[in-house]
Amino acid sequence: METVTITMKNPPALYLEADNVSPDKFAGKTGSQIAELHVYEGNTTSTLGKYFEVSGNAGATAADTKIVVKGDVKKVKYLGMKMSDGELVVEGSTDLYAGAWMTGGKLTVTGNVEAFAATGMKGGELTIEGNAGNYLGAAYRGDWRGMSGGRILVKGNAGSDVGMYMLGGEIVINGNVDVHVMTHAEGGKVTIKGNAKSKLGGQLVDGTIIVFGTIDVMMPGFKPVGTVELEVDGAKAKFAHYIGDTGERKKKRKGQIIYGNLYKKI
Amino acid sequence: MTKTVTDVVCPFCGTLCDDLEVVVSDDGKQLTEVYNACVIGTEKFLHSQAKDRVTRPRLRQEDGSWKEISYDEAAEYTAQMLAKAKKPLMYGWSSTNCEAQSMGHEIAEMVGACVDNTAAVCHGTTLIAVQDIGIPSCTLGEIKNRADRILFWGCNPAHAHPRHMSRYSIYPRGFFTGKGQKSRKMIVVDPRVTDTAKLADVHLQVEQGRDYELLNAFRVALNNEWLPDVVAGIPAEKIREAADLCKSGRFGIIFFGMGVTQTLSKNHNIDEAIALTKHLNEFTKFSIMPMRGHYNVTGSGEVLAWQFGFPYSVDLTRGFARYNPGDTSTIDLLARGEADAMFTLGSDPGAHFPISCVKQIAQLPSVCIDPHQTPTSGVSKLHVPVAFCGVEVGGNAYRMDNVPIDMRKVVDPPAGMLTDEEFLTKVRDRVKQLKGLA
Repeated sequence: METVTITMKNPPALYLEADNVSPDKFAGKTGSQIAELHVYEGNTTSTLGKYFEVSGNAGATAADTKIVVKGDVKKVKYLGMKMSDGELVVEGSTDLYAGAWMTGGKLTVTGNVEAFAATGMKGGELTIEGNAGNYLGAAYRGDWRGMSGGRILVKGNAGSDVGMYMLGGEIVINGNVDVHVMTHAEGGKVTIKGNAKSKLGGQLVDGTIIVFGTIDVMMPGFKPVGTVELEVDGAKAKFAHYIGDTGERKKKRKGQIIYGNLYKKI
Repeated sequence: MTKTVTDVVCPFCGTLCDDLEVVVSDDGKQLTEVYNACVIGTEKFLHSQAKDRVTRPRLRQEDGSWKEISYDEAAEYTAQMLAKAKKPLMYGWSSTNCEAQSMGHEIAEMVGACVDNTAAVCHGTTLIAVQDIGIPSCTLGEIKNRADRILFWGCNPAHAHPRHMSRYSIYPRGFFTGKGQKSRKMIVVDPRVTDTAKLADVHLQVEQGRDYELLNAFRVALNNEWLPDVVAGIPAEKIREAADLCKSGRFGIIFFGMGVTQTLSKNHNIDEAIALTKHLNEFTKFSIMPMRGHYNVTGSGEVLAWQFGFPYSVDLTRGFARYNPGDTSTIDLLARGEADAMFTLGSDPGAHFPISCVKQIAQLPSVCIDPHQTPTSGVSKLHVPVAFCGVEVGGNAYRMDNVPIDMRKVVDPPAGMLTDEEFLTKVRDRVKQLKGLA
């Protein structure tokens, strides 16, 4: 695997849209060709090389390409957008849309990400070692298809609207989450190791939410149905089981009504 | 001698009352009296007659004082500012006519700007929800003639839309609502005992920030499912009764305002409210309508949507329209420091935005186009006073139910003053030259 390192040397005055920074776009290019790729600052178009120092060459395909992003990229959007393979490591924190619509490969951010990370994600692995912003693994505005595959791990906390319109895949948050988890979701699984606030599973059609910490306020549409023992990450524990959202429309499978499930550790 | 102009349209709130009578002097230069309007609408008309009105553009000087300049100089300044900026923000649009909005969008497209209207801090969340799940709505006329179940959720028309209840929703005797108020049941959901709530048959005093839970509980009640004893501070029994009251009507309507669009859950509140409306249609006829604030904020959404495909927070910087509130919305652009020039027309962000955003406006190159002296003109580098839309110039505006209404000119503006559209046309022509498009 070939490694390309891009280091921020001239930070933008406004914000930079760097949707070309992905193994797919870099694949088959030399360092100097990569420096010629377009980036956008407001209504001006310029090249990656104007802002970043590029070293190393990319592999022949996305799968053979690893990108390391260094320097202050807090004002850079769309890193790893639509990546399908290979690896991208962001050393530090980045802005909106990290790994949006990614379909494969591995994206690691060692700092925090802002909102809309992994929007409409279909596959691959996203690891955020710091905190995530709002709308993690959610659908794009107006779309009813959120994250449908892949895996997201957040080692810190996450903002509101995690997994909105989620269809599949898995999100694990080691810290706490803000309001609205899996709103409108029709599949997938969100595990919250810390505490949750409220509005969990609002308008949930199908899918699973597991909470290890506290929930400030439950949705009225979640009905308690007893306790179950679950094995999560190799450890067994007892959980209170709720089904819902009983106010929302419901799907049927083999004549049975399907509910979303919410498990809260006792 | 004076003359009376009838059927005047009021350019204040989204109710867009069209039955005003205005008395003007014989030469058509002075406006003396206003009939039928609410107190706010009356003031709007009378304020055009203020003696201390600014009638020429003013440019801020180094020492903070204003220097009077000509409209041509103001257009030059505005065009230069917009053409030079990398990400200019063109905000406002809700208190002007559709013609001026359209002209503004032409400029925005040429300079690659972000265009946003006041929905960004108002009913923008409604528009997000509408895009997510659609909206079963109707016109105010249908409500007047048919509605017998009226819900006001998180809004206070008694103060914000003073003639709404008398013209459309509660008191009028319509075709199928001949007994007026007596033929209607009124439910108000509000954490406060507002003057609207005092008139209600049922007042659900919801806990602050728990509207989403309460809306959800209504839907659970409609499905006859289990409910906790108390939801959002309201006993389950009372929620089931209110849900039954909605079901028993022939035609119901949910009106909602800032109390749900800009509190916790925002677009999800509206999403759930629309879902509830849809749900109620399994039992009876139900509609839902946002209580739009500015008289032509609906029009701004319409014009933006038919020109760029999105109703607010449109980002044209890359030459095509993009839309994602949170990224392309005004508050975020200002708070995050993404914009490098601020253009305001027909709105007063200085009075309504978070102080961090107002400070940002003060630091940027900025133009404020407004007939009044406002907190926004106070922090802007250039203030361009224009004729009062709906008073000194006509044009098209959209009522809160998306009905377009042509406004009427009743008096002349002070001599030499331009309208929004005339000034924007000057700016457009100059931008065209600067961008090499003319």
